[in-house]
Amino acid sequence: MEGSDGKKSRRGAGRVCSICNERKAALKRPKTLEQICRECFYTVFEDEIHRTIVDNHLFKPGERVAIGASGGKDSTVLAYVLSELNRRHNYGLDLFLLSVDEGITGYRDDSLETVKRNEIQYGLPLKIVSYKTLYGWTMDEIVKAIGLKNNCTFCGVFRRQALDRGAAVMKAEKLVTGHNADDMAETILLNILRGDIARLSRCTFITTGEDGPIPRCKPFKYTYEKEIVMYAYFKKLDYFSTECIYSPNAYRGFAREFIKDLERIRPRAILDIIRSGENFRISSSTKMPEQGTCERCGYISSQKLCKACVLLDGLNRGLPKQGIGRSRGRNNAKDEEHNKDSSFQSKPCGALDV
Amino acid sequence: MQLTLEFGGGLELLCESIKIHEVDVSPKSGEDKLIMRDLLGWIKANIIKERPEMFMKGDSVRPGVLVLVNDCDWELSGNLDTTLEEKDVVVFISTLHGG
Repeated sequence: MEGSDGKKSRRGAGRVCSICNERKAALKRPKTLEQICRECFYTVFEDEIHRTIVDNHLFKPGERVAIGASGGKDSTVLAYVLSELNRRHNYGLDLFLLSVDEGITGYRDDSLETVKRNEIQYGLPLKIVSYKTLYGWTMDEIVKAIGLKNNCTFCGVFRRQALDRGAAVMKAEKLVTGHNADDMAETILLNILRGDIARLSRCTFITTGEDGPIPRCKPFKYTYEKEIVMYAYFKKLDYFSTECIYSPNAYRGFAREFIKDLERIRPRAILDIIRSGENFRISSSTKMPEQGTCERCGYISSQKLCKACVLLDGLNRGLPKQGIGRSRGRNNAKDEEHNKDSSFQSKPCGALDV
Repeated sequence: MQLTLEFGGGLELLCESIKIHEVDVSPKSGEDKLIMRDLLGWIKANIIKERPEMFMKGDSVRPGVLVLVNDCDWELSGNLDTTLEEKDVVVFISTLHGG
């Protein structure tokens, strides 16, 4: 598989890495359109993430950091790169993997096997929290009760809290997720399409929830999905890539496809959407929701009860539609149940590091 | 022409969960070489068993599917116009599944 060494190739013979000017180029960077070799790719990929971490002060020395790990490509590469950088640059972080078991037979049970292998491969301790333990319901049971219509809402809301609770139980001081530049661009577009001003204004923050118990951050905010997958492929990292069996999210799917079409024509579009999102200024006359805590469970909420408690209440009382759908007014965002960021929405359903 | 085709990132699910396919593909009649454009058509007709729209869009791969020829990004060798050679290894990886 080592290229076309040894035979006269009609293609690629002249493609030399534009960084080292020595080795054969292996990929075209979407960000810069540079043609670079594998070794230089590893270096620039890792260095850029290191720069992002340092420039944005993502971590403090000695911090205990949970890596939201689904077994998918993003979180697998994140776990690998973060443990490398932690060693190389002496961040002094106490890293561990945190996974959520939603209870989806044939999907999450398989991907958790991947995370268990990552635990050994990267030498990072693993904690798994399950919906069954936290909420009394598995996703399989929820789907049986409510059908396939709103299940992604339940899963998204529950997962977000599950990660926070798992992180709290493990005494983590920070949670990192594998959201990449493509995810971020997609979320910005979706928030524009939905007129969700509150989320639009905060969805580009690299760290969210700093005033809450466990801040979350996204070291891959500026990292292209293409490079994450290329990195995983070249490094032969072990990740799981099956679509969730319950995940038909059509609206998000269109936004994703649009971003990918744009990327093909002009790869910089992804970074430019992020830059645009970062520089939006929300007019001061826009009413933003006020934040409090859930009366029942104490989780952050702008309502009396947090979204998870409302949904759970409906499930337990046989009223599964309770809490589904939006209730916000024309220019307000009253149902902002998660004031800290929008990330429970910012990934295809089924992705754990949401 | 003997080629090795590899499907990953979830694309293998479109071809009966088989990741590696050893295949023999001939250039189009009247042509002396095989290019990626023709190979994609051949794969769609012969290898992909379900949901071809997950693999192709128009005459190319769906945006978000990465293609490597002998471990080299096909964007460096001319995308659809990449000429294939005997014993080449062509890898397709979807970036569109999960996270």
